[in-house]
Amino acid sequence: MVGALYGAFESGLIYALMALGVYLTFRVLDFPDLTVDGSFVTGGAVSAIMIVNGSDPFLATLLGGVAGFLAGCVTGLLHTKGNINPLLAGILMMTALYSINLRIMDMPNIPLLNQSTIFTKIEAWWNSLQLDEILMKPFTALGISDYAPRTFLVIVSMVVFVIIIKFVMDWLLQTEAGLALRATGDNIRMVRSLSANTNRYIVMGLGLSNGLVAISGALIAQYNGFADVNLGIGMIVVGLASVIIGEGLFGTKKIARTTLAVILGAIAYRIIIALALRVDFVDASDMKLITAVIVVAALVIPHWWKQVKENNRRHTKKRQLHQNGKGENTHA
Amino acid sequence: MLNLKQLEKVFYEGTPDEKKALQGVDLTLNEGDFVTVIGSNGAGKSTLLNIIAGVLFPDFGAITIDDKDVTFIPEQKRSKWIGRVFQDPMAGTAPNMTIEENLALALGRTKKRSFLRGVNAKRREEFQDLLSSIDIGLEDRLNTKVGLLSGGERQALSLVMATFTKPRILLLDEHTAALDPARAELITNITKDIVKKHQLTTLMVTHQMDQAIELGNRLFMMDAGQIIFDADEKQKKDLTVEQLIEEFQKIRGKQFTNDRAMLSV
Repeated sequence: MVGALYGAFESGLIYALMALGVYLTFRVLDFPDLTVDGSFVTGGAVSAIMIVNGSDPFLATLLGGVAGFLAGCVTGLLHTKGNINPLLAGILMMTALYSINLRIMDMPNIPLLNQSTIFTKIEAWWNSLQLDEILMKPFTALGISDYAPRTFLVIVSMVVFVIIIKFVMDWLLQTEAGLALRATGDNIRMVRSLSANTNRYIVMGLGLSNGLVAISGALIAQYNGFADVNLGIGMIVVGLASVIIGEGLFGTKKIARTTLAVILGAIAYRIIIALALRVDFVDASDMKLITAVIVVAALVIPHWWKQVKENNRRHTKKRQLHQNGKGENTHA
Repeated sequence: MLNLKQLEKVFYEGTPDEKKALQGVDLTLNEGDFVTVIGSNGAGKSTLLNIIAGVLFPDFGAITIDDKDVTFIPEQKRSKWIGRVFQDPMAGTAPNMTIEENLALALGRTKKRSFLRGVNAKRREEFQDLLSSIDIGLEDRLNTKVGLLSGGERQALSLVMATFTKPRILLLDEHTAALDPARAELITNITKDIVKKHQLTTLMVTHQMDQAIELGNRLFMMDAGQIIFDADEKQKKDLTVEQLIEEFQKIRGKQFTNDRAMLSV
């Protein structure tokens, strides 16, 4: 049980990159981009094929990200130059990418066992630092060493990486170019009247987003030990679930707060799924249904909650007025 | 400095809905001119503004700004020289961004947007001074999201954003029409101050005849895609609303049909 939660936390951190990408398109650019289902696998496919052929895993992951970036740019061009509706542009690209991914991989599944991945590379370095022993100390001191993870390697390395990406993104969205990018999703007509090339911002935004998604895909492939052409199915919904859960639980006051919320949302989503899978009658194949239910719940419940609160407020007001009225009557 | 030559624009050409929006518009604005444009609905006022701004391209004719031919330069490039305020108070600002972020965005109109922080301490101070000059309390709310402002406040902010980078031409498209009378007057006064302060060459479309007479140094009357009456500074000084309506009837031989314009007399 505890092991499953650590696993959920680890993969949640890696999926957080994908969620940040989805946040960039879905929220910042207001562009519901379905390319994600394809570009996630593209990242995994490029990195896997390179690793199998003996490339450095860091370079392989980076190039996976570049491939995703290019895929996102194509979706952007389909929309801006081809005047194709955003949803359709994403669906077309996602469909095309399915075949492209198969071409890249040359088979539907590439196992990465016994290959040198980012995680095996970090592991060698990590073990030489002997950090696990230090991090394990509080657990042994409290006598709960059974509840400690096998290694802190993935958690620590991914926390560092995700936080770096988060800060880069926060900074980027505050720059002059970043402001124009955000305004493109907020009021496109105004941005044009302020002399900014909105098409360029849309293409760049989609590229960056899918680059992040593809890096996430590359890391997940290396974490799981295989790349699979079907791994991306429903990925956009997972990303949306993370964004929506995160925003709902942790707020959206400022950019820095929102990006943190999205990261925590991705982790929360993985933990919810891990817990749901512990329930007896739930099968692994029910995961997509659970995801859909989570998204619906995350969208609907805050809305209902607001209405209930509003109703209560109104009732209290009414009661107060009523009582005041009575009070006056007794005085009279 | 702004020169329009024989501009023509037809919408839905060759269909029963064909609409000749502009039929040979010639006009020259001199440096510092503040022109008000009136005319009934469908006279071509908005089309004229959209063609100057580059939202639409003319079927025929040429536009030059400072002797540079800009007829087919796209909107986002042309807006380097052109500041615009729209009728809809929601159109000129980004609602989910703060006041200071919106102003920083407007700074990018004249210079290339960089990867440096959009709002820094120095700029924040400048923005504060800038907003104090219009005196409606926005200077203390730099971190407020613009979506929380009222229509009048948003329109005032749009006006500041369109003008503080000193555009060569300012286009105002009925920018007070969607506001209540008190707010409209406030925006009118701010407009007057800003145009005077920066000596902006301005083209303002309005439905209110009294506003058209009160503001600016020239007045155009448009009908059926043409400028039918051009009052210069001397003529405009003694112009009254009645005279304008009379003038229209004299030229066109028909009643000035515009409920909104009539009601606002």
